[in-house]
Amino acid sequence: MNELLWTYVGWPLLKILVILLALVLLAAYLSWFERKLLAYMQIRLGPNRVGPKGWLQPIADALKLFVKEDLTPGFAEKFVFLLGPVLIIVPALVVFSVIPFGPSPHLFITDVNIGVLFILAVSSIGVYGIILGGWASNNKFSLMGGLRSAAQMISYEVPMGFSVVTVLILAKSLSLVRIVEAQKQAGLWFVFPGFVAFLVYFICGVAETNRNPFDLPEAESELVAGYHTEYSGMKFAFYFLAEYANMVVVSSLATVMFFGGWLRPFPNVSALAFLDVIPPLVWFLLKVAFFLFLYIWFRGTFPRYRFDQLMGIGWKVLLPVSLVNLLVVAYFVSLPGGQV
Amino acid sequence: MADLQATLLGGEEMEVSFGPQHPATHGVLRLLLKVDGEKIVDAKPIIGYLHRGTEKLFERETYPQCIPHTDRMDYTAAATNNQGFVGAVEKLMGITIPPRAAYIRMILAELQRIASHIIWLATHALDIGAVTPFFYTFEEREKILDLFEEYCGARLTLNTMRIGGVPWDLPEGWTHRCRRFVDELPKKIEDWERLLTNNRIWKARTVGVGVIDAEKAIAWGLTGPPLRGSGVAWDIRKVFPYDHYNEVEFHIPTGKNGDTYDRYLVRMEEMRQSVRIIRQCLDRLPDGPVMAWVPKVIRPPKGEVYFSVEGPKGELGYYIVSDGNVTPYRVRVRPPCFVNLQALPELVKGHLVADVVAVIGTLDIVLGEIDR
Amino acid sequence: MSEENKVQQPAPPKMPWEEKPVPPQPQDAGEHPLVRELEAAVPGAVVEALEFAGQVSVVVALDGLMAVLSALKGMGYRFLVDLTAVDWKDRPEGRFDVVYWLHRHGDSARLRVKVRVADGVEVPSAVELWPTANWMEREVFDMFGIYFANHPNLERILTWEGFSGHPLRKDFPIEGIDTGAAVYPDIYPPGGGPVKPKGGA
Repeated sequence: MNELLWTYVGWPLLKILVILLALVLLAAYLSWFERKLLAYMQIRLGPNRVGPKGWLQPIADALKLFVKEDLTPGFAEKFVFLLGPVLIIVPALVVFSVIPFGPSPHLFITDVNIGVLFILAVSSIGVYGIILGGWASNNKFSLMGGLRSAAQMISYEVPMGFSVVTVLILAKSLSLVRIVEAQKQAGLWFVFPGFVAFLVYFICGVAETNRNPFDLPEAESELVAGYHTEYSGMKFAFYFLAEYANMVVVSSLATVMFFGGWLRPFPNVSALAFLDVIPPLVWFLLKVAFFLFLYIWFRGTFPRYRFDQLMGIGWKVLLPVSLVNLLVVAYFVSLPGGQV
Repeated sequence: MADLQATLLGGEEMEVSFGPQHPATHGVLRLLLKVDGEKIVDAKPIIGYLHRGTEKLFERETYPQCIPHTDRMDYTAAATNNQGFVGAVEKLMGITIPPRAAYIRMILAELQRIASHIIWLATHALDIGAVTPFFYTFEEREKILDLFEEYCGARLTLNTMRIGGVPWDLPEGWTHRCRRFVDELPKKIEDWERLLTNNRIWKARTVGVGVIDAEKAIAWGLTGPPLRGSGVAWDIRKVFPYDHYNEVEFHIPTGKNGDTYDRYLVRMEEMRQSVRIIRQCLDRLPDGPVMAWVPKVIRPPKGEVYFSVEGPKGELGYYIVSDGNVTPYRVRVRPPCFVNLQALPELVKGHLVADVVAVIGTLDIVLGEIDR
Repeated sequence: MSEENKVQQPAPPKMPWEEKPVPPQPQDAGEHPLVRELEAAVPGAVVEALEFAGQVSVVVALDGLMAVLSALKGMGYRFLVDLTAVDWKDRPEGRFDVVYWLHRHGDSARLRVKVRVADGVEVPSAVELWPTANWMEREVFDMFGIYFANHPNLERILTWEGFSGHPLRKDFPIEGIDTGAAVYPDIYPPGGGPVKPKGGA
């Protein structure tokens, strides 16, 4: 009985707690990482006052957000205004339940056989948080930010879905653990057969998370702060946290689906076996960190697209490309001996 | 049916008050935008939030006391503001300034032009979403401000010219440091251009945005880079040379299409031309006094005079009416930003909200001068 | 001052910047080519023409203003550099000068056109000829209270709607007037006037 309780309640709860805490910390430190990295790209120092090299800056920021006055604008739709941050933070955190950080069952919360579908489904709920928050704020800039975000996320979900399907064809499974294992069996990361799909996926991922150069919903110079203009204190922190958590999700998914998850490069080449000294979890985190670095690099480099151009890229470029790519990959897989 | 369609598809026009507290309006500009979705139906600039009555103040102060007030109009280009005002008074009194003073003025004015264009580039890029150029460019502006500080003690409101010349001679080693700066600058400009000029997104955001043709640009009274971007090679420094601009070589960059991208290229090239002018000035800097003989009390004769300089933003003119007293009877400032801003509704109509910030940036307005 | 100069620099000829400046003298410009050109286009329009410091100004009558301005535009003055006004308070010919400063790109000629108007008299608007006159006329209206007929949108521009008074008129106190916004009536007396130091004079 005791053992059952441990297996079905205690252990999962512990894992959830650890991952949740790690994730929140990661998101907080991601902001520190971003500020620091961006600063070095921009010939300045970045946060360096709180703690050594500014290491405690995220803690200080979190404390500040906790104790800040929580304002609700006078004419806001109170309940929806409150619902917005909840709707965005919950899906952002829930999707981590299916992301495998390593091979052992201790390193993921659960492995559902529809993992990819689950992630796509749950993460789309996040858009409601943005559009409802933008609408409930009763601010024209927020409303425009919310509308932009809704249009953007919905139209980029389509090519993203198609590029994910490419991976599903290659792996023949929706389970994220099985996808990684398929890459191990095939002996190569899916980024090689599915390079176009990866590009489409990552561009869509940047757009889905509202990051530069697709950060229109919160374009500071146009919409002040977009959908979260009126939010302050913890509610703002939720939006902030969700954005960074979503970045981690997109990077983790890219790692799992295209870069072999926790696998080392060329998992079948035994000459590279010395690389196994690095534990799988570290491999995973390294790859995720690389994608997060890309995010920040983009932010340091690119101007921002305009709304119509953004939609144009989504519908006129990415969608056809991902469709054609899907057909080509499907064709090669269906050839005799074409199994990867 | 038509009604139903209008209800379902047409939607209402929304009025958005863009500013005066908005990160991209360069101060306290307020735009009343009528938008249909994201599309601009109409834009109405509302100005005056920074009105300090500078023209009225001029009527109270003696001529030399007016000079600090000019600093505070276009506060990103104090030196050219000074240059315009003292030039007008000198013209009114018939003062010839010593060549060394004229060359120092030209160096200061061109440094100021570069500094002003740097602010324009930084904020323009920031508005369009590129954060990094801001820091790269401000590093160089800092060096210009250091040069100013060394010369006159101030960094922003310089008050660095006097009726009859300049107040001080250049400090020792200043020309050397200035030369080192202008030698380094072209490479930095190249760096900035590498970030933006051929950047796909930058081009997508600027090419074909805010187009105005030469005919219209003249009708709207545009001057400075907005006019040159439309292909009119017109520059006060060439047309009515003041100080010793007729002795230095430089060319007037012009654009073709009159869009935001062309105006961007024009300003980038203008910085290079300024570097060229500064180099020639440093080479030729003559010895001698820096102040002409001027009476202790500046009391110009009765008369009226209009004198304009090519400010970084356009033609900056001073119309001074004197009744023979120690204070001007009337000083009118012809503010380039004020006139250029007037064309904004023309430039943004039919574009999207995101283009408004691009157009505000490309007009390079400073509210201190618009509102005076 | 000049005596001292002589002691310091005895012999060599003085450079132009060492001499006492010779101020420009106003000259009659009736024969100036620019004025003649205008006179030929609109006979009898020029009331008075002066040249000062190389700049030509012509005074025209208010009735003929529009004819003169459109003729000038036809003559190539496509660029209205500036439009402003000057308040001469008690001048018998009319209180204000409305000043147009025009530029022609072909030969870089500049011409100042002035019209004398009395307080309360409407001036025809030049917006039809030069769109840039729009805001300039609004500013003149705001600052001087000169009305422009046929202006598309004659509103205050630098001060706010409901502001009473026209700041650049000579009888407007430089310290400002009570706009109803004064928070400290004991320091800023209502109705304008010099600022009273706190604690009484």
